[in-house]
Parts: sequence; C-alpha cells; structure tokens
Amino acid sequence: MKDRPHTQDFDWVLLAIVAAITGLGLMEIYSSTHASAMAGLQWKQLMWLGLGVVGMFIISRIDYHTLMDQAPALYAFGVATLLIVLAIGKSQFGARRWVSLGGGPNFQVSEFMKLIIIIVLARFFAEVRTDHLSIRDLVKVALLTGIPVGLILIQPDLGTAMVLVPVAAVGAFLAGIEWKHAAVGLVLIALLIPVGWNMRHHLKPYQQQRIETFLHPEENPRSAGYQVLQSEIAVGSGGFWGKGFGKGSQNQLGFVPVRYSDFILAALAEEQGFIGVCLVLLLYLGLILRLVDNAQKAKDRAGMFIVMGVTAILGFHVLVNASMVIGYMPVTGIPLPLMSYGGSATAFVFLALGLVMNVRMRRFVN
Amino acid sequence: MSPWSGNDQKVPQGRLALVSYVFVVIVVLLMVGFWKLQVVQSGHFVDLAERNQIRSIPIIAPRGPMLDREGRVLVDSYPSFSILLMRDDPKALEKVLPQIEDGLGIEASDLQQQLDAAKTEPKFLPVIIKPAATQADIAFVESHRADLPVLELMMVQRRRYPHDSMLASAIGYVGEVSPQQLEDSDGHYRPGDLVGKAGLEREYNEQLEGKDGERRVVVNSIGKVMRTLDNVEAIPGKPVQLTIDYDLQAIAETDMADKQGAVVALDARTGEVLAMVSRPTFDPNDFAVRIQQQEWAKLNTDKQTPLLNRAIQAQLAPGSVFKIVMATAMLESKAVPESYSVYCPGYASFYGRTFHCWKPQGHGEVSLHKAIVDSCDVFFYNIGQRLGIDKISYYAMGLGLGRRTGIDLPSEEPGLMPTEEWVERVYHHKWYAGETISVAVGQGAITVTPIQLARMAAAVASGGTLVQPHLLKNMTTAKTAQFPLSDNTVEQVTQGLFGVVNEGGGTGYHLRLANIDLCGKSGTAQLMSYDAANRLGNKKMDGWFVGFAPRRNPEIVIAAIVQDTMEHGGEAAGPVVRDIVKAFYDKKTAHTQQQASLTAPAQPGPPQPLVATVGARRP
Repeated sequence: MKDRPHTQDFDWVLLAIVAAITGLGLMEIYSSTHASAMAGLQWKQLMWLGLGVVGMFIISRIDYHTLMDQAPALYAFGVATLLIVLAIGKSQFGARRWVSLGGGPNFQVSEFMKLIIIIVLARFFAEVRTDHLSIRDLVKVALLTGIPVGLILIQPDLGTAMVLVPVAAVGAFLAGIEWKHAAVGLVLIALLIPVGWNMRHHLKPYQQQRIETFLHPEENPRSAGYQVLQSEIAVGSGGFWGKGFGKGSQNQLGFVPVRYSDFILAALAEEQGFIGVCLVLLLYLGLILRLVDNAQKAKDRAGMFIVMGVTAILGFHVLVNASMVIGYMPVTGIPLPLMSYGGSATAFVFLALGLVMNVRMRRFVN
Repeated sequence: MSPWSGNDQKVPQGRLALVSYVFVVIVVLLMVGFWKLQVVQSGHFVDLAERNQIRSIPIIAPRGPMLDREGRVLVDSYPSFSILLMRDDPKALEKVLPQIEDGLGIEASDLQQQLDAAKTEPKFLPVIIKPAATQADIAFVESHRADLPVLELMMVQRRRYPHDSMLASAIGYVGEVSPQQLEDSDGHYRPGDLVGKAGLEREYNEQLEGKDGERRVVVNSIGKVMRTLDNVEAIPGKPVQLTIDYDLQAIAETDMADKQGAVVALDARTGEVLAMVSRPTFDPNDFAVRIQQQEWAKLNTDKQTPLLNRAIQAQLAPGSVFKIVMATAMLESKAVPESYSVYCPGYASFYGRTFHCWKPQGHGEVSLHKAIVDSCDVFFYNIGQRLGIDKISYYAMGLGLGRRTGIDLPSEEPGLMPTEEWVERVYHHKWYAGETISVAVGQGAITVTPIQLARMAAAVASGGTLVQPHLLKNMTTAKTAQFPLSDNTVEQVTQGLFGVVNEGGGTGYHLRLANIDLCGKSGTAQLMSYDAANRLGNKKMDGWFVGFAPRRNPEIVIAAIVQDTMEHGGEAAGPVVRDIVKAFYDKKTAHTQQQASLTAPAQPGPPQPLVATVGARRP
C-alpha cells in the first residue's frame, strides 16, 4: 500500500488510446485545412492539447474528495455564471451561428458546467448509500440536472444542454434506479417529445431549421439540409478504403461543413474510408471500456460515479456526433471529443480525464 | 477523513458491465450505419460527390460571321458575359436581392418579374438576370463570390451587327431556341441557345452555328473553379459570304433612309443580290441580347410592319412596270401587229366603263415604242383587251411574276398573277373582261414582289433567261430557267425601256446617266381606283422604278418601290435606281483603272492620256 498518489499510476493504456485518437484528429485537421485560409490549425489544436494535458495533471493532484466537498459551492458558482452569461449573452450573443465553431463565453461556461455536474451528481449518488433510489432522490437528481440544463437550453445551446442528461441517467442507473421508475422516466421522455414537437414553433429559427434539416435533408440542398447531405456524401463517397489522405473532394473543396471540427469524422470517413471509421470507432470503444474498467476499480462509489460521469458524457458525444455525420441525428453542434478542433471542448475532455486519473491514482491510497 | 472516502458501498459491477455492453452495441450500430453509407450506397454517393465538384461549363461556339462579296464584315460575334442568379434557396435569395439590385443596377420590380416568370421551372435552373454584363457588373460578381454565391458568370457569344439596321431585313435576327425547336432538335439544342429566327440567320443557321465545346472544371463549395479537368474546344460557325456589295447597299440604304418601301439590286447575269433594302426596318442588335418585351410588341404591332422584308414579301400592284410584260406578250404572241398604234385622248372605254390614261390630256397617236417611253395607258388597255387575261398571264408567269423566285431567304411571298381558271376556282365566277383592262396596266388582281420585277426585267433584256436570285456567294445550286424570247422582241422592248430614260419626254428622262445605257420603266400604282382616290382626296401612291444596264444582256438590274408617296414612280423610286447603277459603274471604272495602273510599266513613262473607261457601253 502506498500512502501517496503518484503520477506513474496514471492509466497509460487509456492515455495511449487518447494519444491515438488525438493523433488521428490532428492528422485530419491538417488534411482539412492545409490548403485553405485556416492552414496551420493543427498547431493551434496541438497547443490546446498541451494545455489540456497540463490541466489534466493539475486536476489529478487535487483529491477528488476535496473537489466533492466543494460540490455545493461549485454548483452555485456554475449556475450563477450561467445566469450572468444569460443576462449579458442575450444582448451580446443573441444570434448565434447554427453550427458552433467553438469559443465564446457561453460555450466555455457550459463546458465547465459539464465538469461541475459530474462532481455534483457523483457526490449526490454517493451520499444515497443504498442500492435503491427513492422517488425523492430521483426528483432531486432531476432538479439538480434540470436547472443547468434549462439555463443552457435557453442560451440557446441544445447540444451542450443535452450532454448533461446522460450523466444523470447513467448515474441513476448505477445508483440503483428501480426498473419501474426507469420505465416511467422513459415514458415521460416519450411523452415530452411530442410536446416538444408542438413547441417547435417557439424555437429559435436556427433550431427550427435544424429540425427541418434533419427531417428533409434533400429538400433544400443549398441551406438547411445542405450540411447533412454534404456530410453524407463525404462519408458515402469515401467507400471502403477511402480516397486517401488529403484527397477527399468533399473535404478538400469545402463541401463538408466545419470539416475540421463538428464534421471531422465525415472528413476522415471520406479520406480513410470505412476502415478508418472502424479504427476510430474501435478506439472510442476502447476508451469507453477502459474508463468503465477504471470505474470498476475505483476505491469508492464516489470515484466510480465520477469516472462514469465522464464516461457518460464522452460516450454521448461520440454517439451523437457520429450519428449526426451519417444523418441519423439532427445537427446539434456536439463535437467529437479529442478529434474535433476546439479549445474549450478539448480542455474539458482533458480536465475530465484528469478526474479519472485522480480517481485511479487514489485507488490504493488510504 | 472525508465522508466520501473508503469502500463504503460495493461498486455495482454488473450494472457497469451493462453500460459497457450498451456502448459496444452503440459502436456496432454506428458501424452498421457507416457500412450502409460507405459500402452499400457508396456508388450513389460517389456519383453525388462527382456532381458536386465537377461542373460542365459549355463553351459557346461563336456564330459564323456574314461577309459582303468583298469580304467586309456585315455581321459577327463577340464574347460577352451573362449574369446568372441561382435560386435554389429562395429564403437566402430574398435577403440578398436588394444588394444584387444595387450592385448590378437592376430595378427591383424587373428582377422580381424575372423570378416570377421562372417560378414554374425547376429550382436548380438559374435565371439569367443580366444577359449582357458590363465590366463593372463582372467586377461586382467577382468581388462578391464569397457573400453572394448566388451570382454566377457565364460566357456567351453575342451577335453583333456593326452596321445596325443595314441589310437587317435580309439578315434577319437570332433569338433563343423555341420550346418546339428544342423538342424537335433531339438534343442538339439546349435551352437558351441562340438560333437564327428570320432571314439569312435562319436560312443559313446550320452553317453559321458552330459546335459548342465544353470545359469540365473542379469547383469548390462556393463555386470557385479550382482546376480544369478537360477542355473540348468549341468549333466556331463557318462564315457565310454574301453576294451583297457593301458600297451599293450603303447607297441604297441612304437613299431609302426616310422612305417606306424596298430596293433590290441583282447581278442580272447570275442572280446575285447586290443590295437589298426594306423600309422601315429594325435593328437586329435589339435581338442579340434579349429583346425587351415592349420592343418586340412594338415591332410586331407597328402598322408599318418593320419586320417584313418588302423586297420579297410585299405583294403589290406593279403598275406601269407591268407594261414591259405587256409589250413582250404583244410582240411574242403576235396577236397584235408590231405596227399597231392607237389614238390616246386621255381615256378609253371598254365594256361600258371608262378607263383613264395617267395623262388626262392624252398622248395623241401612240405606237409601241412611244407607249413604253411615255407609259401610255390607253395603248396597253387596247393590247390587254386583244390578248385576253390568259395570254397575259402566260407571259407574265413565264417571266416569273406571281410565283416565288426561289431566293435563299425564308418566307418569300409568291404574289398573284390571275387567270380565268384562278378566278373560277377561288371566287366561283367567270373572269370579268373589264378586269383584264386593269391588269394590262398592272392594276387589279395582279400583285408582285419587287424581286420578281427585277428578275423579270433582267429576263426580258437577256432574251428570256430567268436567274435565281440568291444572297449566298458561290452558290452552286442556283438554277437558271429559260423562257426564250425572239431577238426582235428583246430589241424592241429594250429600245423602249432605253427611251424611257434617254429620250426627252420619257418618264425617266431625269435619270439618264452619261456613258451608261440605263434602261428602265417607271410605275405608279394607285392604292385605290382613280374615282375613289379623287373622291377621298387620297393621292398616296406606290412609286416603282425598275432599271437595268446595259440595254442588252444587262449586268445589273434594280427594282425599287417607294410606298405611300405623292410622287410618280419615276420621281420617287427612279433616283434610287440611278444612284445604285451609277455607283456600280463608278466602282467598275475605278477597278479597271486600278488594274491598268497595276499592269503599267514600273518606270515612269510619259503621262498617258486618261481614257474614260466605259464599262457599260459596248459597241
């Protein structure tokens, strides 16, 4: 038994997978932008990665129990910041581009909210201390999650808001939600979808357009459905083996929207083919399985919930982003973690991984 | 120790494992999704990607130029740009319309009208909002590629008529291919292609139009051309050389500038059209871009029918010019003796009706020669009565009246030479003998076109050779027909026509030219009967003059008509004929002198006496 956490206890297998994914991401960012005005974007991304690694190291040194002690303060800080941003952001950033290129205070705050919600919910679930969540507990979870979700939703940032939900869902599942409660929850969600559908006219125009886009991509090939259709064309035309590095016409000629960020998987699919996509998906699968492995080996339930919160968010990102690229889900501006270009998104992933390392390093420490 | 530490509860291993399995399933489902796109439907998307990036830009072949007989350009083409508006995204378009209107200087209402007009067409077909872009327009489009990707430039070839309305009636005009032509062409034409719609542009469309080429380029998402894949050059249309003589045409145009009517000048030996004018006319440049609806309506509804080529389409009473045919018929048929003469008191009565001579005081005793020179109506009334309508028709039609000359222009009109049979067939009654008297002086049911009269005069003066008028130089298919006339007939008639211009008292005496044997016949066709004209006070007439030179086997023959004039044919139309004939011989003389000086010894010899070279006069 060691009595101090050591950096050599980092999960090096996990980091190797992360390195492979970021490597592929950098390669595709280079391929997508080298012949454009954004040439050299891979160096900026490399810088963000470097900062992320530093952040990961720092956060791993702060005992996650200490972080959880500060959960109420962190939560209050997060919600307050969201409110402030909402107040200022409304006037300043009222009209947001419908595919977020990353950046902007809204985005950053919501990224931090992801970390906060992981810690807050981990503490909540750890405090339950039984294998059965009561209705009261579930309502508390719903409220804890619902407040930031609502605030981010009206920012508006549908994508990031949605990302918080799986943290609660996976946490509740692991904390022992009863099947009947889960079923009721699912039914409620199923009922909310048509309500939301009828409310769609109250959505921001860009959100309405996204939904239209998703439902009828071919109808308006120049605007709404254009992005999804171009993404599908890129993916489909890549074929089994791909067109080769730097040779994807959809990518190189700019038909794929934000090909270095949200649609980077489409760019990769075109140039590296089905084979390349399988490699990427398997790397993400490896990442998730490795994270679950870390959760299984966590010293306590608190650590397990933290790791699984990170897992839920990353898995959800991968699912939604990859589905969007092939037209199975609407465009929500959710990037592909570790591959998409973007400062705050990259920072979040590494800080989240820092939490994971934090938990892992302390599994043998008393 | 923190309350969160310690292995207080068992970690739910089973549920964690289940989360793993769920994610395995998700990844498998995603792989299936990618498999569907990348393997199952790959071909379809490869196709779409190709279509995305490869644009086929037609390279419009320039239409062939039209040249005059000496190679001077009458019509040519020049490259120009059209501005296209992509309208597959109406909402986005709505927003940028004001900017486009501003930048290209298009009226908002005009632009909206064009968009409305194209509403029923597929959305992916762009609208040509500016067919002829200026340099500034092109710069505007180029500089707004990023923020106005809805604008696109297209290189086109435009027709240019450097001399504006000169020869317009014969040249015709071009226009966008009609839906019917498009369908009939079996893929030969694309929508928006220019084709000859009238005149020579239509007649020689096949020769004039080239074969469009194609440039396949790779474009990026904002339509910028990145590189060229391949290039199939356009094959320009072949030039069409015309028989028109620019110099003579210019004189004819000037002479007819403010008149209504037509002129046609032929090389009497070959049928080559040297000049052809119809007035009023139009400017084919108006059609070369996209004719404004208003302008087109105006041209079509104008009572003066500017789109009509009067030289071949105006069917008019020949008036006294028809006396050439009457004289020929009289001599050839021998129905009346050559020595026949009649006393003209200024009128004559036939079938209970009085027919006036144009000269109220009468011509006195009139023989054939005098009758031609002075254009005595009474003499020819008598000849007409003695020949009868069918004999007159036989000679008139033999000399090409009342039927198409076969000129290489679309829509030539035949005119009408009545016969007894015709009247019975069309009107179901017997021919009124009194009508024959009117026809004898070129009035009544008879109508001809100017070009028919020119050919007829040439035929008579050349012993009965009917040429086929044509505008295409080196036309190998031009036929000649024979309607043999005896030498005596030709001699006597041409002497009369020579007298018209060269004898004092002749109706064309004021037109005589030194050293040139100009012969001719005036004609003045009333637009209504003498009585009606007197009653209504309408003295408007059609003034004809048909002239040729020299007297026998002429080289040039010209028919001119000035419509709606107060003057007689000799005064109204005669000068046009004279000017062209004079220019024809001036040019010939100058050419001969040039040839002479070219063949002269290089060393300056003693000054040679200037010999007036008289091309026309032959011993």
